[in-house]
Amino acid sequence: MSALLETRGLGKKFGEVVAASNINVQIQPKEVIGVIGANGAGKTTFVNMVTGYMQPSEGEIFFRQEKVNGLPSRALTRRGMCRSFQIPQLFLDLTTLENIVIALTIIKQNNPSLLTPTITKPIVDESMALLSRFNIDQYANHKISALAQGVRKLVDIVMATAGNPKLLFLDEPTSGVSADEKMLLMEVLMNALRFTETAVLFIEHDMEIVENFAPRTIAFYEGTILADGETSIVLEDAEVRKYVIGSEFHRQGENTHA
Amino acid sequence: MIKQWDTTEKALIVSLPLLITVGLLVPDWIQFFLQVSMASGLVALGVMIQARAGLVSFGQGLYFCIGGYAAGMAGHFWGISDAFVLLLLGVIVTLVIATLLGFLMSRYREIFFAMLSLALSMILYGILVKAEVLGSTDGFNLPRTTFFGWKPEDDAWNTATFIFTCVPTIAIAVLLNRYLRSPMGYIGEAIRENEIRLEYLGTSVKRAVHIKYVIAATVSGAGGVLAAIAVGHVDPEMTYWTTSGQFVFIVLLSGTGNIVAPLIGTFLLEILRIYAVEFSPNTWQMILGIVMLLIILFLPKGLWSLINYYKEKRKS
Repeated sequence: MSALLETRGLGKKFGEVVAASNINVQIQPKEVIGVIGANGAGKTTFVNMVTGYMQPSEGEIFFRQEKVNGLPSRALTRRGMCRSFQIPQLFLDLTTLENIVIALTIIKQNNPSLLTPTITKPIVDESMALLSRFNIDQYANHKISALAQGVRKLVDIVMATAGNPKLLFLDEPTSGVSADEKMLLMEVLMNALRFTETAVLFIEHDMEIVENFAPRTIAFYEGTILADGETSIVLEDAEVRKYVIGSEFHRQGENTHA
Repeated sequence: MIKQWDTTEKALIVSLPLLITVGLLVPDWIQFFLQVSMASGLVALGVMIQARAGLVSFGQGLYFCIGGYAAGMAGHFWGISDAFVLLLLGVIVTLVIATLLGFLMSRYREIFFAMLSLALSMILYGILVKAEVLGSTDGFNLPRTTFFGWKPEDDAWNTATFIFTCVPTIAIAVLLNRYLRSPMGYIGEAIRENEIRLEYLGTSVKRAVHIKYVIAATVSGAGGVLAAIAVGHVDPEMTYWTTSGQFVFIVLLSGTGNIVAPLIGTFLLEILRIYAVEFSPNTWQMILGIVMLLIILFLPKGLWSLINYYKEKRKS
């Protein structure tokens, strides 16, 4: 089977600082991958390069067998690659519904029309259906600026998934969400994506969530890939434990020794 | 789809015969004053639709002037006096120039966009002031306009040009309202809020800004032609920064909530100015300044926000 996404020797330098180097990743269709790593390990830099937000300093990116280096993010979106952000990127002064309507309109119209109305019954119905799939339809008429961070996060994800992408990047979908809501959010999210063709790569700091939702895990450390493989194996890897997970993930250990 | 009129569009269409009737009943000087307000109102509309995307044009006078001079020069040098031809010509010239300058302007936002628009308008001012063949600072006069070969005299001419101003103004306002409701219009709105998200949704922000800039310029150019026809004269003052500043003032005063707001705002500013000058001939600018200050302090979204405020109050 040919990979959906493949990077070869991908790297990024900011002056003398190496943010990422020699990153080789293959993502297959419908895969779910967790990405772990300390802050500054290069996780977001990787996503930024692959989605066209940043140009890599070296290496190649192939998406669906096509070399996509240098393409702007809007061109990659049209080819089926989307992302959500660590800090939700939304239209703050507009309502949730308007945000989704704009997203759907852009997805449907390659050349946005100048004279036909945007707000029509079919598109409002479709937007409401999307919102209820993520259990946030009750916020449809609230301005984004009045919503809690967790809800914003979901709206951001809804916007990224609205076009049924082939490959979806989620940059820390649960950051800023309270601890007891994290699992619920991921369940809602994964359920909504289960019946689609979408491959998902999500960046996450909570190892429990990675264990629960990602069959495969990639660990980043200082701009390189430390480990890439089956989640249970990667999380037990000695180097990953030393550099990425650190002392904080000795929960099970503490329990047995106590 | 094309037939779905909203309240604003219906109101505008209904107001057209009313506007013409009122214009014909009131004294000549008020009629003239209405006519000039509509012409400048179109430029304010240009500023307003850009403001909706968070872009403040401090040089919209540029296109007001280009439209006016295009019509003026066609009349003055080529002897074209047909109002329809002049309007078409003015619109085409602004369209072409704005499309070219748009490649530059669509790369800038915020203060850089504002200052660059101001700079471009002042470059034109500088050129016109030095151009003796165009009358330097005095400008020049236009021949009296005709309508498909019809050459009305005095009163009939006043009436004809008044109607000739009303119809395009209302038509443009309806079209702009349509534009603001369209997907492209909503994208414009979203530019103000978050460009990164728009790009990730798969659309080009730069292109949307470019289109908006050209639309705003063309509408302002039409305003310039109509003003030149009404006054029968053009001069470099049309692209001077104080003229451009006035259009921004109008948008601040009226708000960006509705397409009708800047049109009414232009009219209100003219009235305000007349009374301010009458009330204190030497310090009338101070009165305008105080009004501006009060609006910014108490109605940051302009006079139109009062209407929304009462609408919501009635709902609850």
